[in-house]
Amino acid sequence: MEFLNDVPVLGLLIQLVFYLVQVVMTNGTIILALATPLALGAMCGVMNERSGVVNIGIEGMMLGSAFTGWFVTSLVDQALPASPILVFGITPALLAGLLAAIAMGMIASLVHGWLSISLRVDQIISGTIINIVAFGVTGYLNLLLSRSSTPSGGKFTPFVPPDWLTDLPIVGWLFKMFLQQGPVTMSVIIIVIVLQILLFRARWGLRTRAVGEHPKAAETVGIDVIRLRYRNVIIGGAFAGLGGAWFTIDFGGSFENGMTNGRGFIALAALIFGRWHPVGAFGAALLFAAAGSLGIAIRTTPPAGQLGEILSSIPEQMFSALPYIITILVLAGVVGRSIPPAADGQPYERESAA
Amino acid sequence: MIRTLRAQLAVPVGAIVLALVVGAIVLIASSPLVTGHIDVMLPIRTYLALVQGSVLSFDGLIDTAVNATPLILVGLAVGLGFKAGLFNIGGQGQFLMGALAAAGVGAALANSGVFIALPAALLAAVIAGGVYGFIPGMLKAYTGAHEVVTTIMLNYVAIQLVGYAITGPLRATGASFARSHDVVDAALPGIINAGRAHEGHLGIIIPLIVVPLIWWLLYRSTIGFEIRTVGANPDAARYAGMRPRRIVVFALTLGGALAGLGGAAEILGVTRYMPASYSTNIGFDAITVALLGRAHPVGIVFAGILLGAMRAGAGLMQVQAGIPVQMIDLLQGVILFFLAAELVVRRVFRIRQAARGVEELQTVTRTYGGQTTAP
Repeated sequence: MEFLNDVPVLGLLIQLVFYLVQVVMTNGTIILALATPLALGAMCGVMNERSGVVNIGIEGMMLGSAFTGWFVTSLVDQALPASPILVFGITPALLAGLLAAIAMGMIASLVHGWLSISLRVDQIISGTIINIVAFGVTGYLNLLLSRSSTPSGGKFTPFVPPDWLTDLPIVGWLFKMFLQQGPVTMSVIIIVIVLQILLFRARWGLRTRAVGEHPKAAETVGIDVIRLRYRNVIIGGAFAGLGGAWFTIDFGGSFENGMTNGRGFIALAALIFGRWHPVGAFGAALLFAAAGSLGIAIRTTPPAGQLGEILSSIPEQMFSALPYIITILVLAGVVGRSIPPAADGQPYERESAA
Repeated sequence: MIRTLRAQLAVPVGAIVLALVVGAIVLIASSPLVTGHIDVMLPIRTYLALVQGSVLSFDGLIDTAVNATPLILVGLAVGLGFKAGLFNIGGQGQFLMGALAAAGVGAALANSGVFIALPAALLAAVIAGGVYGFIPGMLKAYTGAHEVVTTIMLNYVAIQLVGYAITGPLRATGASFARSHDVVDAALPGIINAGRAHEGHLGIIIPLIVVPLIWWLLYRSTIGFEIRTVGANPDAARYAGMRPRRIVVFALTLGGALAGLGGAAEILGVTRYMPASYSTNIGFDAITVALLGRAHPVGIVFAGILLGAMRAGAGLMQVQAGIPVQMIDLLQGVILFFLAAELVVRRVFRIRQAARGVEELQTVTRTYGGQTTAP
């Protein structure tokens, strides 16, 4: 591609596109893995906000689940050590940890639901409470546990796809990206697709959207708004719990204080950027994860020539800040417009239940 | 007067008491990890250490005041937003921008004398914080982008900006880690025995000046009346000839300026330089402060002092009772929980429905559906 160096601007752009494609192809596996908590958090957001409940507590829910998953895994592993079986290096401990993480997400969601649906507390305060309490409780327990060095219960191992599949020309990297993953990451793709279909093609989806847009009208046609909101919020919590499990028993194998590190809020950004659609939010999560990988790739393997100089002169932090800036622009309608469900954030009060 | 005061205080005090009870239960439940056996006395030792470390010694009192200063200032930023019907979660970002500006200007004017360097650094912080509040204000008023989301996003942008500035242009040469130059002359002077571990700093008088000003602004000035009216009912405000958009921008900008001042107090008074990895949870702490103080300037002062005292006592709590400082986050979250779930507090303490909560809050998330502010 050296000849492109002589073409002004256009040559650079073409080189840039090639470089981006190269980065995505070589880093596909890690991009999808890093997009996992963002996508699962965003799915939690879809479940909540499509039915009219704002949830900024995703961060705390994931943090709590990450801790619970790790803790239960190590407890069960100590109680009944077992050798890994089948794919993913599954042990009873890991399964128990995974289920515990999901349960934790659901419990946290139940609290959020109780506060925001039943008590009609401001939903943003409710989410804030979950964030602060999760940060405090996990930090407190983790420091206490670390004094007596709790051994890790291990983590899932990524699936190894057969070589002939990943070595296929052109599409091989895609198989690698989607198949060389742990179970949590693999489940994301299924969850996203199923949710997209259910939300726009099934009765449940129609009802959910009705409740999110105009709860009064939904109630008049016989939908139990309160019950539907509760159910969706709790199922959403399961997704956040799964996302939390990714941190400690799928991608990494240990817990650190505050390890979600704002990813719950990027998930919120992905949700908005994806316009409250499951597939859109998943795409946004991939984009945000790719932006992060690009920042790293430019440091480690910069492209040659002028393009390399230009890209290297962009501060690394710019790439990390990109998801947030994009979200603000999208929300402000500068690039496209993203409008939340009309009843998002509004507590529902039944008119004289008597 | 006494009666309304009691009604106002009942729920916050009840929430604090219940939070301490929950904290005690958590402490007893986790005591095997601390002492090796179930220890019913652990909560007493913990809370005693907390009190000792915060108010029962001179050093503790100084630490409490130093910790309370940014909490009160950022708490005011959040409270001011509540009054205007806005939820400012951007305290952290506005605080960081103020801190960064103070560190940058302070380092640049490090040798130009206290009387130039200090006011310039404080002013820079106010402007930087103000700009950082102005952005979500404009976005909210003119495009309808909800301030909750934009301020959260801006918090993370601020973290990256600080990282860029301190590892890049503002990095101190020869320092062993990424940090800015010392602010030297721009530092807020210590108030007792400069050089001691607990010297305190003159910044603790900032709230004493700012709080009465904000109180006057909110309850005695025309613009304060407009802020409260817009917060209670933007439509009514517009029909009365007020301009909600301007009020929204004003409230968030002023809030940002206050939070920026809080950042300056912390950098110029405590660290006296800015590290690249400056981490703070002040935005969320400030939400607790504002809600505990019922968004009233005087309430915010008391709430800020309480939370500042808890942070000040945390060190001694860790040493004497062996309890990690994260216990404070836990207590804070539980206080907030009981504040939100007022109903629970009322049931337990049999408080009659007298004082209403922060009424403006009711309008905050109602606007989440993304409407533009009425012009």
